[in-house]
Order: sequence, then C-alpha cells, then structure tokens
Amino acid sequence: MANVNLKINNIPVTVPEGTTILEAARIAHVTIPTLCYLKDVNCVGSCRMCLVEATGARGLVAACVYPVAEGMEVKTNTEKCRKSRKMTLELLLSKHKKECLACERAGNCELQRLSTEYGCDPQYFESDDERHPIDFSAPYVVRDRDKCINCTRCVAACNKQHVGAIGPIGRGYAAHIGSAFEMDLMASVCVGCGQCIVACPVGALRERTTVDDVWDAIADPAKKVVFFTAPSVRATLGEAFDLPVGTNVEGKMVAAIRRLGDVEVFNMDITADLTILEEANELIARIQKGGTLPMFTSCCPGWVKYVEQKHPEMIENLSTCKSPQEMFGGLLKTYYCEKNGIDPKDLYVVSVIPCTAKKYECTRPEMNGEVDNAITTRELARMIKTAGIDFNSLPEEKFDDPFATCSGGGTIFGATGGVMEAALRVAAKTLDGEFEVVDFPEVRGTAPIKEATYNVAGHEIRVAVASGLANAEEIIQGVQNGSRHYDFVEIMACPGGCVNGGGQPTLPDSIRNSMNLKDLRAAALYTSDEKNSIRRSSESPVIETIYKEYFGAPNSEKAHEVLHTHYHADKRI
Amino acid sequence: MEQEAKCCACETLGTPEQAAQLKAVIEESKSTPGCLMHILQEAQGIYGYLPMQVQKTIAEGLGMSLSEVYGVVTFYSQFSLNPKGKNRISVCLGTACYVKGSDKVLEEVEKELGIKCGECTEDGLFSIDSCRCVGACGLAPVMMIGEEVYGKLTPDKVKGILDSYREATK
Repeated sequence: MANVNLKINNIPVTVPEGTTILEAARIAHVTIPTLCYLKDVNCVGSCRMCLVEATGARGLVAACVYPVAEGMEVKTNTEKCRKSRKMTLELLLSKHKKECLACERAGNCELQRLSTEYGCDPQYFESDDERHPIDFSAPYVVRDRDKCINCTRCVAACNKQHVGAIGPIGRGYAAHIGSAFEMDLMASVCVGCGQCIVACPVGALRERTTVDDVWDAIADPAKKVVFFTAPSVRATLGEAFDLPVGTNVEGKMVAAIRRLGDVEVFNMDITADLTILEEANELIARIQKGGTLPMFTSCCPGWVKYVEQKHPEMIENLSTCKSPQEMFGGLLKTYYCEKNGIDPKDLYVVSVIPCTAKKYECTRPEMNGEVDNAITTRELARMIKTAGIDFNSLPEEKFDDPFATCSGGGTIFGATGGVMEAALRVAAKTLDGEFEVVDFPEVRGTAPIKEATYNVAGHEIRVAVASGLANAEEIIQGVQNGSRHYDFVEIMACPGGCVNGGGQPTLPDSIRNSMNLKDLRAAALYTSDEKNSIRRSSESPVIETIYKEYFGAPNSEKAHEVLHTHYHADKRI
Repeated sequence: MEQEAKCCACETLGTPEQAAQLKAVIEESKSTPGCLMHILQEAQGIYGYLPMQVQKTIAEGLGMSLSEVYGVVTFYSQFSLNPKGKNRISVCLGTACYVKGSDKVLEEVEKELGIKCGECTEDGLFSIDSCRCVGACGLAPVMMIGEEVYGKLTPDKVKGILDSYREATK
C-alpha cells in the first residue's frame, strides 16, 4: 500500500494510505481526545470530541474516521478545536447525572478527565430532564441511563459479541441506549458477559456490587469466611493499584485478602484442575461410547447462557461439568466441611472472579447457593482500598492449604485456549501413558478461532478454540451446516478469555487504544504455568487427595452429584 | 416524540393470513442488503403497527438482534408501536404550523379524545400523531384526518371536526 506524507501540528509523519488522522497522530505522539472511539470495538465518529482542522476539509473533521491525504496539514490544538470540544463536553454534561463524588468511576472516568482538562462548566447547559430508574434487574450488570453519554461503545461491544441486547432507541434529544421495547436487562437477550462495562467511558454501566454482604459475613462471628480467586485475577488486580498491565500479583493478592479479616484464601486453580479431570474423562467417554460430539466446554457462564438462549438445540453438546467456581462451591460445602467438621450453613464462600456472568451463575437454582457471593476483580480492589491496605508494599504470601498446590494447567484457564491445553495434557496422557508433551502452542494466542488435530493412541482428536461470542456463533453455524468437524471445542464468551473479562479493572481508552491487554495479561498466566513443576492437572497432589478421600474417580456417582450440573432451554429473540 | 410506550400485549402474529403475509415479505426480501426498512413498511401495512412479536419475527428472519430492529422502528416517526385508529389524526408541528399555534390545536385534540399523541382511543375510532409539514403551509396550522386536510385551525374548531367523524360512524 502506498504511503502518505502529512504534517500534524507541523510534525511530519508518513503513514500507509487509508490511515485515519487519529492513528497518524498517535504515531506522531500527538494525543487527540476521544470518547466514542475504542480500538477494535467502536469507530463511528459520533461524539465529536476528536474534531481537528485539516487542509482540504470544510469545517472540523472527526479524526477517528477521517483518512489522511498526501500533503495534508492537520492542526489538533487550535482555538476552534478547543472551543468545539469544550462545548461538546458541556452539552454532554448537561444531561449527565453528575454524582461524581461517589461514582464508582470517579477518578477513572473519561468524561470527568476531559471535562477537567478542558475547564468545563458542568452547569453551563444544565437540563431539568426527569431522571430515569436505574436498571437493577440483573445480578450482573447495572445500567444507569442518566449517566450514559450515548457514545455507543457498549452497543458496539454487545454487537461484537453477537448478543445485541442493547441498542440506540429513538432519535434526536430523546435518543438513548436501551434494550428493545425498554425491557430490563434480565428480560433481554443479555448473557451477562460485562463487555459493555469495560467498554463504558463513564459510570453508566457497572456490576451489581455485593461487597457489603462480604463485609457483613466477615463481621459475623458465626460465619467462617473463605475466599477463592480465579486464575486470571492475579494477572489483572495489579492494574487497580497502578502496576503495569500483565503484572502477576498472586502473592500480594493473597496477602491483601488475608488482611480483609479473619478469612482463608484458596486458589481456584485447583477446581480448574478438577474441571479438567472431569471434563477430559467426560470427553474420552463421549468419544469411546458415541456420545454427543463435539463437546463444548461449560466453564464460562456467559457462554452457557448464550447456548440456552440462542441455541437450546445445542445444550446436549455442553459438557455437564460445573464451572470451576461452582465446583469449588460444591467441594467446600461437602468435602471441606465434612473433613473439618463445619456445618455448611456456617461456611460463607466468596469467589473472586474476572466476570460478571459468574455473579449470575451462583444465583442459578441448580447451583444450590454453594457459592454465597461472587465479587469481581474490581470489587476486590475496592475492598482492599476501603480496608486501607497499602497493596504495593504487601509481602508475597501463599494460598492456604489444603488447596494450595495447583498445576500450571489450572492457571492457564484464565486465557483463551488454556482450558483446551490443560484438557489435552490430561486427555492425551490418559489415552496414551507414554504421551509426555505438555505444550500445545496451536491452541494458544488470541486469534478468534484456533483449530488443531492431534493423534493420540490411534484416536484423532479434532479441537477448536474460540473466544468472543461472535466467533462462538461461527463455530456453531459451521458445526450445524456440516462445514466444521470437531470432537472438543473450548469457548470463552469474552474476547481473549477471562483475562479480558467483564469484571476486570476498567482501563481508560488511552490505555486500551494503545496496547493489547489480552496478550499482556495472558502472558502472566503462561509464565506462571511454565515455572510450575506440575503442568498436568492430574498430577497435582491436591487433586489426587481429593479423589482418594472423596470422589473415588472422575465421573463417579459422587463426582456427578457434586461437580456436574444440567442446563435449561430458554429461547430468546 | 420519544416513544416510551411499551407494546401492548401482542404475543401473537395476528391472524394466520397476516402471519403468512409477513413471512412471505421476509422471505422475498431477506437477501437484499438493507431490506429492513422495506420489510418494516410492509409489516406496518399488514398489521397497521409493529408489535413486539412482529419485530421479533423480522429480527429472527433477518438474523439481526431485536434491539437493532427496534432502534430503526423508534428512529423513524413513520413507524408505530401502537395500533392506529380508524381515523388517523396527524397534527402538523412543522415550523409554519407551530408558529401559528398548532401545539394548542394538538393539546385540544388530546383533551377532546382523552389520549396522548401516539395513542389510540379505546373504541379504536381515533389515533393521534404529530408530523412535520404536509406541504400546506399556506393553510397553517394544519391537521390531517385520514387523507383529509383541515387548515386555518383554532382549538375551538377541533370538537366540531371530530364530532363529524363520530356522527359518520353511527
């Protein structure tokens, strides 16, 4: 492709033809403010924050969508640009519910930052519009329409997930974002993945917080409180404490939770290992006994909800394994309580997860309330701040026994391809005792769909890995129309897997637009896996003990009772 | 006008004839890019309005999300989420009519019929909408009932006009 030479604020820059002014400016190290733009998600030129002057154009142009041209001179910081942006901001502020003092996005709000930078008068165009009720219908996402600035980043994120639960409604001044027929989120096709939350520049979308219940349980002398943390939380929690993206803070995270009160801290990697044992054996049984194939993983509750709502005809393809979160809940309320003489009703189980759909998962009736409370990485960060813990100066501490020693296979669950790789490690070894390979690079990385075929002990195992529900939909379509043939498919609802989950720290567009969060966060998990002397889930001594003392063998009757579940068709349009 | 109104309890696709017509329209047009507007227009022709089940059928037929279909329906004022009356009143709120006081005329129509703009009377006789310019600015303020244009209106003329339609249906 031909190159184009232009000047941005008199800085010469050469970029490929078709590049937008915004991208060219980034290369020239010139920052142009944006609100509706989000790299790889939304590029519609609607918010008018990125207006700049460009030769050859009439009036100001939106840098995020305007292509560069040979000899173009762009000015990003003229009085005309500044005035226009300031007025845009003041108009947005006129309808925005300015609860900034206690808004959960305060200090991390893109509208607040820009308003401060441009010296806006928040009352300049004050409106006296009636306020709308906040949508608290769902246990995962809370939507406050009056904080929404109609940037449509959430809509783009939702459409990119092939869910389409929300969209623009009406036109002109009355235009707003909502679900069709103004139905609440719980009644809509929303699957609770929370990608809308991490895309939102303001506080219009957030998780339904349940932190107060955790504090109450910690304060209750009759309760024994145990936490367990999902694999990906250690790879992202540091971001909430200004550490670089991709820092593994496992030791500090454990130390911080221990300082929240008299609690124990367990490693959810252990039930990731347990999931692998159950799932790999379920797969082998399906292959050998002619069960429904391809088998889909079931550890992602957003994906499970998607199948139940959009493809109930594929429910039989879902593994019956509970997710690692629910397996841990089951394990704690049975095995752990029995072993330690605790009445299950006195045990308060808190899972820390990168996910909003998991908040919904633990309210599903078939899960019997075994996990009492699920909090996101963001909520944990808030608890640590509330408790006045200086996170960055904490010592590195270890998880509590008896669930401390996990395999690297359990750790990589947090990244797309991780479940598949961990399952392959175990399945291959189970089918062929001589099979020593533990690295399956074909299923790693953040490509939308990854495919591979392995020959193990005379069996050809065809696998696929997809993250992001639009890619999952492509897999389903292919399986249904006969163009794709697999035995085992891993699906994660969020693009990149749990490391990019809807419950992870919200990073501003300035960071999201300039680095690949998914790869950086996943790398922290793969590094941890490599350093672990135990790579295969089946070789964790904790897993061996759990089966020896309690379940007998994978897929045993007892294992089915505690570690497996069933699904319900809930067709929605 | 913000269409806050939720759809009435339309969980069916109307009569079997209506359902068959709708399916035929979708089948006929679904491979044409940008066919949504056309299908919505046809559907509104079949049903008189666009209830939830109709929009769901269109969304499913085109492989789109319901929220996208609903977004288009609420964007264009020509589409309605509510059934229309036998006599469809349309009060012009375009610039010329507005400065001549058509807002007062609309208020009077709403008062006289006991419904709001965008709604339909319980007996199904009248529904009220507003529009932007019918091209009769010389007669401002103007309203239309069906295809009939009424010009140079004042609020006190409204009752008489509506009564003439009431009489006609007796």
